Amino acid sequence: MAISPFVEIDATQKLDPFKGVKKIPLEEYFTSGHRTCQGCESALVMKMMVKAAGPRTIVLGSTGCMYVANTTYYSTSWVVPWMHTQLGSSGSAGLGAAAALKAQMRKGKMKKEPINVIAFCGDGGGADMGLGAISASLTHPDYNFLILLYDNESYANTDIQLSGSTPYGAHTTFSPPGKMKRIMHHRWKKNTAGMLAAGHPECKYVATVCMSYGLLGMNCIRKALEIGGPTFVHSLDPCPKGWDYDPYISHELGELAVTTGIWPLYEVENHTLRLLGKTKEIAEGRYVRQPVRDYLMKQGRFAHFTKDDIDYFQSKVDEMWQKWLIPGVIPMMKDVEGDKPPAE
Amino acid sequence: MAQMTATLPERGTEETALITGSEAIAVACKLADVDVITAYPIRPYDTVMQYVAKLVANGEFDCEYIVAEGEHSQFEIVKHASACGARVFTGSSGVGWMYAMEALTVTPALRIPMIAMVGNRALDDPGAFGVEHNDALTVRDLGWMLVWVDTAQEALDTALIAYRVAEDRRIFLPCGISCDGAFLTHSQAMVKIPTQDQVNKFLPRYNRADLLLHPDNPITVAPQANEDWVMEIRRQNYAAMERVPGVIREAYADFERIFGRKYGNPFFEEYETADADVVIMGMGTLSMPTRVAIRKLRSEGKKVGMVRLRWFRPFPAEELAKCLSRFKAVGVLDRDFSFGSPYMSGVVATETRAALYTDTISKHPPVLNFIGGLGGREVTVPDVEKIAHELYEAAEGKKKPATQWIGLRE
Repeated sequence: MAISPFVEIDATQKLDPFKGVKKIPLEEYFTSGHRTCQGCESALVMKMMVKAAGPRTIVLGSTGCMYVANTTYYSTSWVVPWMHTQLGSSGSAGLGAAAALKAQMRKGKMKKEPINVIAFCGDGGGADMGLGAISASLTHPDYNFLILLYDNESYANTDIQLSGSTPYGAHTTFSPPGKMKRIMHHRWKKNTAGMLAAGHPECKYVATVCMSYGLLGMNCIRKALEIGGPTFVHSLDPCPKGWDYDPYISHELGELAVTTGIWPLYEVENHTLRLLGKTKEIAEGRYVRQPVRDYLMKQGRFAHFTKDDIDYFQSKVDEMWQKWLIPGVIPMMKDVEGDKPPAE
Repeated sequence: MAQMTATLPERGTEETALITGSEAIAVACKLADVDVITAYPIRPYDTVMQYVAKLVANGEFDCEYIVAEGEHSQFEIVKHASACGARVFTGSSGVGWMYAMEALTVTPALRIPMIAMVGNRALDDPGAFGVEHNDALTVRDLGWMLVWVDTAQEALDTALIAYRVAEDRRIFLPCGISCDGAFLTHSQAMVKIPTQDQVNKFLPRYNRADLLLHPDNPITVAPQANEDWVMEIRRQNYAAMERVPGVIREAYADFERIFGRKYGNPFFEEYETADADVVIMGMGTLSMPTRVAIRKLRSEGKKVGMVRLRWFRPFPAEELAKCLSRFKAVGVLDRDFSFGSPYMSGVVATETRAALYTDTISKHPPVLNFIGGLGGREVTVPDVEKIAHELYEAAEGKKKPATQWIGLRE
């Protein structure tokens, strides 16, 4: 990518991909002391995220489950420095911390060294309230930081209310199925990662992950931190409380989200899109998408679905795979202007 | 478009320049070697950011200058930068300040020594660019130090003093410097620009110390505390605010020693009060018409004085009560409103009455409130004369309304 001569880029840490599960370091930087639910995949994301980043890291966390449940006063689970940020402020927090390090190191007020800055947010903080700040922060090429959105598809900390990232039809406390309306939440889930990748041409790295595929997810995080500039990773996290299932199937549900094609895994690295893992296999015809029923019917939040509802859900996922310009990424229909993108 | 008019002095030589209040604060930021600055446009404060941008573009000022996408982000960015050890500056006006309200709330709670300029502006609706003090006053309960300045010189000096006080480890609280929109932000005056050497002598480096967010100091900042500890944490903020007056006194004394400029009592300025019967009290540039009117009234034999409040937070209650109890009547001129407040008075009048209700003084003069100058309307010399007339009548024991609006179209 061409870079303006007025952009000042600082070195980042060298973070080669882990070459297999056995090469993952044993050290934990997110440890005991938290109070997350049994089977909480977001807690796993925190653990993997900071393990991937290593000890020379500052983490900033917006309000949400991963704030309230992880940092009880006097029993913090964070080994690395951690600071709370407001619900809609993950973008600003990452930007501010990175700017502070840059200025002080340049002026000789702080020892020069690459320090990772990660600001995380939930789907409420990232896909809803904080979207504007994240968008703005992804346009600042001079600062090195990662924004990680852990998406458990509801405001799970405040009693499971729907967010812009909640899937169609899900039963939340703000969208209960009733006598007149079986489906209260009839909005389709926001395409956050795709929107951020498409909307921020200077952002060098955007990825979707699911920690059921932990090694892949950790290596995406390492790449996002090493590549420099502002980057974004969106993680889908099964949530036993919010999705209403037995905690022991958390991992399986994460896999099903990917194998049903509902949650495509991909990275956009320096403008190059790469489908990852099972998603790549689906796209290449080496793996047949599982029916969405297998995913939906394991979760209490979809227990009120009729056959029609499941069919509708399936048709929307099929539409994404068959008609989107890039399945899971760019929702413009291929057949509007012919099958090819307009560029040469 | 703001044009730089100040030539920044070489080390060691103080210079004088004709600059606005906004430019004076931009120059103070440069002299203070601020590390991270965030800007977002809203009149009238934003002229300060135009001056900062020029300084950065011309290579005269080395800082991270970030244009945010809204005031909430503007304040959140510098909040986190300050937690990571950077000296920071930002600001806003009117509803922009209100848009940042959540960030404004957490900043003192996190003990962040952020310095913000408030170019005081009327809140919407209806739209008005002119000055009102309600914007800055909204944070008065949250732990912000709030100071109102009167001249461009005072703006520059107070910005340096604000960094010194805010970044003192005993304090670590944010400070809002209020500059009346247009009357100060956009009005030029001759300002003495201190030398870098003087500033370096006065202002030590910001040291976040044990609270620094850095891998060498792996702390957890602002965990979920709930009913177990919130009261004790609030009490620490209370204690910090309690220490502020002492630190302000130290800072002004050092300021006088190093820069040779005297401000007398840091908390409020008295003008022609030595023999005054009645005094008019207010904040900011209201002092201009008040001073002129007082000179006129005195030539007519009326002994009127003025008390200009600088530091609104912490409110200098005891000292002010002692001062005001000397007079036969006190008129508080509020450039703000507080609908439904006690006696429907403005904020400054309400706080002043509260300050006077103490047993450390025996005399309680009547306090009349005058609400005026809203939305940038000028407070005129005849307005002040009318206030003086009302005060004399109150001093003679005539019953007067607790709150009157002045300069209001019938």
